[in-house]
Amino acid sequence: MLNYVIKRLFSMIPVLVGISILLFFMLRMLPGDPAQVLAGQMASPEEIETIRKQLGLDRPVYEQYLSYLGRLVRLDLGRSARTQNPVIEEIWARLPNTALLAVVAIGLACLFGIPAGVISAVRPYTWVDYVVTMGALFGISMPVFWLGLMLVVVFAVVLRWLPAGGTGGWQHVVLPSVTLASFVVAFIARMTRSTMLETLSLDYISTARSKGLRETVVVVKHALKNALIPIVTVVGLQFGLLLGGAVLTETVFAWPGIGRLIVDSILARDYPVIQGTILIFGLLYILVNLAVDLLYVVIDPRIRYE
Amino acid sequence: MSEATEPNVCRPAELPSENRWRRFWVKLRRNKAAVAGGILLLLYVFCALLAPVLFRGDPAAPNLILALEPPSFKDLLGTDELGRSILGRVIYGARISLLIAVGVVSVGLLIGVPLGLISGYFGGKVDFLIQRVTDAMLAFPGFLLALALVSVLGVGINNTVISIGISMIPLYIRLVRSCVLTVREEVYVEAARAAGTRDGMILLRHILPNVMVPITVQTSLGMGTAILFAAGLGFLGIGVQPPTPEWGAMLGSARGYLFNAPHVATFPGIAIFLAVLSFNLLGDGLRDALDPRFKI
Repeated sequence: MLNYVIKRLFSMIPVLVGISILLFFMLRMLPGDPAQVLAGQMASPEEIETIRKQLGLDRPVYEQYLSYLGRLVRLDLGRSARTQNPVIEEIWARLPNTALLAVVAIGLACLFGIPAGVISAVRPYTWVDYVVTMGALFGISMPVFWLGLMLVVVFAVVLRWLPAGGTGGWQHVVLPSVTLASFVVAFIARMTRSTMLETLSLDYISTARSKGLRETVVVVKHALKNALIPIVTVVGLQFGLLLGGAVLTETVFAWPGIGRLIVDSILARDYPVIQGTILIFGLLYILVNLAVDLLYVVIDPRIRYE
Repeated sequence: MSEATEPNVCRPAELPSENRWRRFWVKLRRNKAAVAGGILLLLYVFCALLAPVLFRGDPAAPNLILALEPPSFKDLLGTDELGRSILGRVIYGARISLLIAVGVVSVGLLIGVPLGLISGYFGGKVDFLIQRVTDAMLAFPGFLLALALVSVLGVGINNTVISIGISMIPLYIRLVRSCVLTVREEVYVEAARAAGTRDGMILLRHILPNVMVPITVQTSLGMGTAILFAAGLGFLGIGVQPPTPEWGAMLGSARGYLFNAPHVATFPGIAIFLAVLSFNLLGDGLRDALDPRFKI
């Protein structure tokens, strides 16, 4: 198992190098002189020259890339052009907020998505099934930021039950996490339904039924347990979607997370922060998928990683 | 919706024939959800094409005296913060959103499909190189990749299309490559190769037609995603810019009026939702109709 983890961590290196190349060239793709863009329109030639030296733009491209890579390895993501704080500090300060939203949202999505998918598969082509499948399709088609705005109108403006935005107690987490979960719950329900439908048609399910086991035991213990692997995969893949959704949800609810940071940085053309946040998002996405791979062993003892 | 976990639509044995297309059409017509999606989509196309007839006047021209009017017989969906008719802007918004959707999938198709064909057909170092770049691009969730590209390219319709289009390229590469890997082993491809047909001709004449089915499904679903992404960028203020009547940008500016005029945020959202729903319903229907395992 440990060998497998180490092997998987090493297999991440080419992808990370790929990401670093993309991010490195991102700044070079800017129209015009990157030093000029970073320094701003009002900067003096001396300031531009200082930034050019700082960024090493006067050196050959391969040297620039290697030094960029060296800094990345040391988690030195540069300084924010706006606040002059180290980028990594800006990210660390907001990471717990985004993590809280993501974890609650994934938890809610699993809590509602998996049972909905199971019920739908157990009663296929009934009204329950149609409600779940159409509900899931509606969820996938709905813009999260619009749902967020509508939830604010209903629960903050009309009913005055929950705050419209910001941070504080648990009340502040409800609307953003429900908004974020809405998109993911639809995918989980759809995947659970299709996997359960396949599993429920297998021979060992017929055997379990013919043994006289209760339907709940057949569905939960025999079918769902075996259908969990594709479901967990979808949950892992949806984490990426969640990060994208976090950018929009955090904007709707003025939630001080990484998503909000990236939008503010784009609007302020703060490239070091943009690069840093995108790198961290990429890293998180890869790590979550690694965790999902490892979770397979826990779910399915037949899987052995050598 | 199909029972299958994976749409198996790139089966080379199922060659396009008159009979197959007839069966596909019958299956698609019997799928009520897909028909509803198709009708909804036609309505949007109708609005986009006939926008100047359906709404007379300039949807971007402000009229501050009528600002934030609620829905009424005069203005069916009310007016926004600058007194502009929301109905007019929603109708004209269909033009922008459909234009973006077509543009985005065109970028994805024009770059992703050839690269997927080359990667799957030739294999070797070219395949390795293309796949590693694809891996790196897929390491970013689609919307974040589009966001990163917009931050470099800047705002506006063209850059929105290019950014979202680029973020879709790896999906097309992966999809086409996986189908080509199956199709290239078929006897007719081998026969064409033995007869001395050039690789380019084999790819265009024998392989491309057999991967068109998954591409069609992906294109329909991709258009829905493109509208969602574009609206998301518009909402954040880094996509299509006001006063262009883009649904996402309309929602972005409506955020400030949720407490006194919630209708401003309601209708553009419904327009986005129904447009994306129409593409998703149609895409699901196409997949089921084109999947040979899914019976009528």
